[in-house]
This record gives sequence, C-alpha cells and structure tokens, in this order.
Amino acid sequence: MISRFFDRHQRWLFPAPAVIFILLMMIFPLGFTLWNSFSGWSLTAGRPNTFIGPQNYIDIMRDARFWNAVLNTFYFTALAMVVELTLGVAMALLIDARDYPGKRIVTSLLLLPMMATPVAVAMVWLLMFEPTAGVINFVFGELGLPKQLWIAGSSSVIPSLVLVDVWEWTPLITLIVLAGLAGLPSEPFEAARVDGASYWQMLRRVTLPMLLPTISVAGLLRFIDCIKTFDIIYGMTGGGPGFSSETLNIYTYNQAFYYFNFGYASALLVIFFAIVSGVSLLVAYSRRQLEV
Amino acid sequence: MKHWRKLLPLLLLLSLVAGCAAPVAAPSAPAGGEAAAPAAGAQPYAGTTLRLVGANHPWQEAITPMLAEFEAATGIKVNFEALGEDQLNQKLTTEFTAGNSDIDVFMQRPLQEARVMQLNGWYEDLTNCVSDPAYDFADFADGAVGTTTVNGVLTGVPIVTEQEVLYYRKDLLEAAGLSVPTTLDELKAAAEALTDKNNEIYGFVARGQRSPLVTQFSSFLYSMGGDWFDENRQATINTPEALAAIDLYGTLLREYGPPGVLNMSWPQAVAIFAQGNAALYTDASSIYSNMLDPEKSAVADKTGVAKFPAGPAGSIMYNVTSWGLAMHSGSKHKEAACEFIKWATSKDIVLKTQGEGAVPGARESVWADPAGAAAFPADWVEAVAASANGRGYDRPLVTAVTQARDIIGGAVVVSIEGGDYVAAANDANTQFQALLDSEQ
Repeated sequence: MISRFFDRHQRWLFPAPAVIFILLMMIFPLGFTLWNSFSGWSLTAGRPNTFIGPQNYIDIMRDARFWNAVLNTFYFTALAMVVELTLGVAMALLIDARDYPGKRIVTSLLLLPMMATPVAVAMVWLLMFEPTAGVINFVFGELGLPKQLWIAGSSSVIPSLVLVDVWEWTPLITLIVLAGLAGLPSEPFEAARVDGASYWQMLRRVTLPMLLPTISVAGLLRFIDCIKTFDIIYGMTGGGPGFSSETLNIYTYNQAFYYFNFGYASALLVIFFAIVSGVSLLVAYSRRQLEV
Repeated sequence: MKHWRKLLPLLLLLSLVAGCAAPVAAPSAPAGGEAAAPAAGAQPYAGTTLRLVGANHPWQEAITPMLAEFEAATGIKVNFEALGEDQLNQKLTTEFTAGNSDIDVFMQRPLQEARVMQLNGWYEDLTNCVSDPAYDFADFADGAVGTTTVNGVLTGVPIVTEQEVLYYRKDLLEAAGLSVPTTLDELKAAAEALTDKNNEIYGFVARGQRSPLVTQFSSFLYSMGGDWFDENRQATINTPEALAAIDLYGTLLREYGPPGVLNMSWPQAVAIFAQGNAALYTDASSIYSNMLDPEKSAVADKTGVAKFPAGPAGSIMYNVTSWGLAMHSGSKHKEAACEFIKWATSKDIVLKTQGEGAVPGARESVWADPAGAAAFPADWVEAVAASANGRGYDRPLVTAVTQARDIIGGAVVVSIEGGDYVAAANDANTQFQALLDSEQ
C-alpha cells in the first residue's frame, strides 16, 4: 500500500525536501523583506513593523547617500569587470597559445588567490596599502614613483579596491575561458589558416566570436559577485573615507545593523534585488540572442 | 492523484508554518539549568549562573582574574563573554530584539546605546539595586551618573570614565623652543612648526575616520563655542563657531597630519604617535598607556599629557562615562545580577581595577585615595583633574547616535580633504535637523 503510494507520487515526493528548503530559506525571507520594506520598523525610532505604505521608497529616492551608493556600486562593478574580463581573457589566450612544460602547474597556481578567505585578503591588502608603513608605497618610493594614498584618498579608494578584486578574481575568468577554448572545434581555425589569416584576424573573427557565450557567462558571474561585493570593502574601508566607497550593500548594512532602521534597510535591499535580477535577466536574454 | 496535486501546496504551507513556529513554541533554554537555590547562610544565590557579556577592554582584563573571589564568596558562577566593541553592540541588539535572551549583565556604552536600549525596554532600572547605604552610590561623580541616567532610569553603574586630553612630545617641543600649547591657536602654531614631512614627522595626529572622529572633534567644537544642537533642538552644525571648529580640525589634519589620516581611528593614530612620527595628539585619556608604556611605545619617556587647549570659549573638553555595567530587564536572576554589579563597582574592587589595573573609574573616594591614583602618571592625573568640569557628552545626545555621527563626521571629513566644508556643514545640518525632528 505504502510502496504503491510512493510509486505513484514519487515525482512529488523526491523534490519535496528541496522545495520545502527553498521555500523556507529563500522565498520566505524574500517575502518577509518585501513586507518589511513597507513598514517603518526601526529600533532607534522605537517604531514596530507596522505598514506605512511606500514611504521608505519615497525617502530613498530623496536620499543623497543612496544615490552616492548607487554610483559607487556601478563605478566599482564596471571598473572591476572591464579590467577582469580583459586581463582574464588575455591570460587565457596566452596560457592556451601553445603547449609547454608546466602548463598545468600554471593553471593550478591561478587558483590560489581564489582560495584565500576574502576577509584575510582584505587584512593583508590593508597593511600593504598603508600610506606610511605599507610595502606598496615603500616599493613606489624605491622606484622613485610618487607615493599614493590608495584606500585613504577619496578618489583613489575605489580603483584601489578594484585592484584587490582584480587580483583575487581575474583567475576565475581565465579558468572559465580556458575551458571554453578547450571546447572549440578546430575546423574553423584550420580553414582560417588555409585562407592565410593572421593571428589577430583569427582572434578577432574566429576565436572571440566563438568564445562570446563563454565570456558572457563568466561576465555574468563576475557581475553578480562584483555588485554585491561586501567583504573586502567592509574589511578595508567600511565605506570610507567619508562615504566615497560606500556601495549599496555597505549602506544597507549600516542602515540595518548600525542605525537599526530595519524597514528602510529592507526597502534598500528590495531595490538592490531588483537591480541585480534586472541586469542578470538582461544578460541572460542577450546571451540567448548571441547563440541564435 | 488529482487531489494530491491540490493538497501539495497546502502541505508545503503547513510545513512552512510549522518550521517558523517551532522556535517560538520551543521552551526557552534555561540559563544554566538552575532554579533559585535555597538560601544557605550568607550565600542566598549559591548555584546561580550569571551570563555576562562585555567588551575586550582593560576593565574586563582587570576584573576577570578577580571573578574567582566573587564566586567563592557568593557561590554564584559567572560566565564572562568578551567581544570587540562593534560585535558587542550587534550581539546585544540581536539577542535582545529576538527576545528571550539569557544575558543577565552586560557592559554598555551609555552615550552610544543607552537611549536606544532604554527606548526598547532592555534595561532593568538599577535605582533600587544601588540604594544599599553600605554600597554608597553617592560616592559616584554626579556627571558620570548623569551620563548613565536616561529618562529617569539608571541604566547602568559607571565603570570607566574618560576625558579628551592633549598628548605631546616633550623633546620635539623643547627642540623647537615651544611650550606646551594651552590654546588652540598655540596648538595650530606648534603643529605647523613641528611638521617636517621629509623626515616623516607630523605636527598633529588625531582620528580622521568618519564616525570615530566625532567624539574627539567634540572638544574642538565645544571650545570654539559650538555644540551639536541648541536648547530648542535646532541643529547647530553650521554656526560660525561650528564652522571654525570644522575648519580647524580639518586644517590641522590636512596640513600637519600624516598621510592616510582619513582611515585612522585611535589604534592607527596611536601607532603613528607611538612610533615617534607625530608631535601632538588629541584623544581620550583612557588610551594613555599605548603612548606611555615603554613596552608599547618608542617614545614613552618623551611623552607628556596636558589639559585640552582652550579656544575662544575656554577649554571645554568632554568628561564622560565611556562604559557602564547594566542589567538586562529579561534577566531571570535579577537579585544575583544586582549582587554582582554591586560587587564589581564596590569601593574595594574599584580601588583594585583603578589602582592596580589603571582603569579610571567614577568613585570620588577612590580618586581621593593616593592608592587610587598611584597607577597613573602625575601629569595625566593633573590633566584629568583639570577636566572635571568638562561636558558630560562627547557626541550628540540622540537615539540614532550612529546615524548622527555619520552625518556630522561626513562634514568633518570633507574639511580634512580640503573640500567645500561650508556646503558640507550646511548639508549635514539639514540632515541632522531632520533626524532631530524625527525623534521628537
């Protein structure tokens, strides 16, 4: 009897644990956050989470710190992605260019930065960036280059943070692109060679177009990671100097866990969620167009 | 088959509800599993376990070795969890917000969090607890008690007090033929004269990080004649006095400060001073050992301490209770917790934490006792005594104090960077006013 029940309903029963898990751990928090975003819940103002309509969203649109955070988020993401994609693809092409002894060791070495804990990475770079005693400025001084403020200057802080992100995550792009390169058919290359195409012509007209789907996947992964970067920024600057590296994530964190304005922070999160899913859908859609 | 399809969402929903309800329905974990032990002679609370949550702080280091004495005398077991300051605040808030926390006693920063916590009803009023004549609560300095009293509720017993003082390098001042600055004008002149950037000697150092700098900026603001807001709760961040203070603080750090000052809170600023790279430094009196202890500082024998320099309004520094010992309103062992608080802040113990542990307390009798001041350098004691009439707050007295600090600190950062600080201060004033209005 029971076994018949299982047989008949296994297509429901087997996925059930996963469905319940997703409901509990993802859909419920999402719904709860959405509800909170329409509430005035704040410990500092002593307000419970009662419905106040779209007031939080109206306030956010007038909040200069929010727009500053949006700008910082996109500046960081755009800069990091351009550098990482360019360097990552270039490194993959270099590694893949020909066979040489130790090629596998090089690929394994690439994994090392990615294995480090981001907060530990942040601490190490924090010491290296230190303007007076840090090793980077020491080397700059020895080479006769002007010493920089790095993360202590409001205009240099985001490029400096991008540098750390590039150091840690460019290898991810390289590895994905290497895998993509290995899967390319050899016929188009042979045909191009027979036609007398130069290396650059082959790169531009054969390799890169065929790699585009792979690169766009790598780019999408990095985009989602970059836009929600929290650990290295929180660990190194906390959003400073002033507010010049305060991204949406950091601002939301401050609103929630330093100011205890849970309603306002939830509204920020909902906006953030909309931005991330919007761009992700856009990329996924355009990728489908590419493949056709 | 068809029915099942309809039932499934219902089932999922049920399991969801059950999953959410479970933690609420579960019985709250007993705090160590002890019921009120039967009274046994002088140990009415023997067998009770108290949960204490506090900060990694010299006071915690001084009191921890003495806990065994308390445990032996009362039979109460004390578990002390020490965390970093930010983590402490987050742990307390999270546990208290979630409800049924079994924290009994905790260290609080009265100026930073007492208003929020009082508003949310997390404090047990200690007025009755400290009324015992033998304990002598009147011995605590009025200003210190005033700081921990919020809306008539005694939120905590003061355990650490601090004032803003000036640390200076005796040798550098002497070599330049200068005396110790007693006014802010002299401070600026000395900072300029002592700055030698080629040799990495900076005339002045202080906190430059947005939020941490606010408390140490406060004495500059007060001494220039400013304040955070007036008696009508009108923000005064952009008055001429406040602008002068913002300009002065920014100029000192921009022109005579070390590079990277915008990322400095006190640990980084202390490091610069203790390595011998700075001549003048204004910060809290409580961190003096970082500069005066030969084990921590390369300039220990060359460092002096002086009263905060005077501005047009005089020398008005802050003089505050930086830490208090508080009881959680949800504690299940309030009598035992009260016993502990009274013991930890009794004359005998404060004489030890202050006299031997060098943690400046708030008991006047201990300060009057030579043994109570023995652990401190003579010029430090003098500077602290001269600060007795300072203001009882080093940040605006509002509930959303972190937010207020970010708003005000943001304007000071603009000044340090050499930006349009007047516009920034006007902007900050508007935002701060909105915050003040929202709290009325």
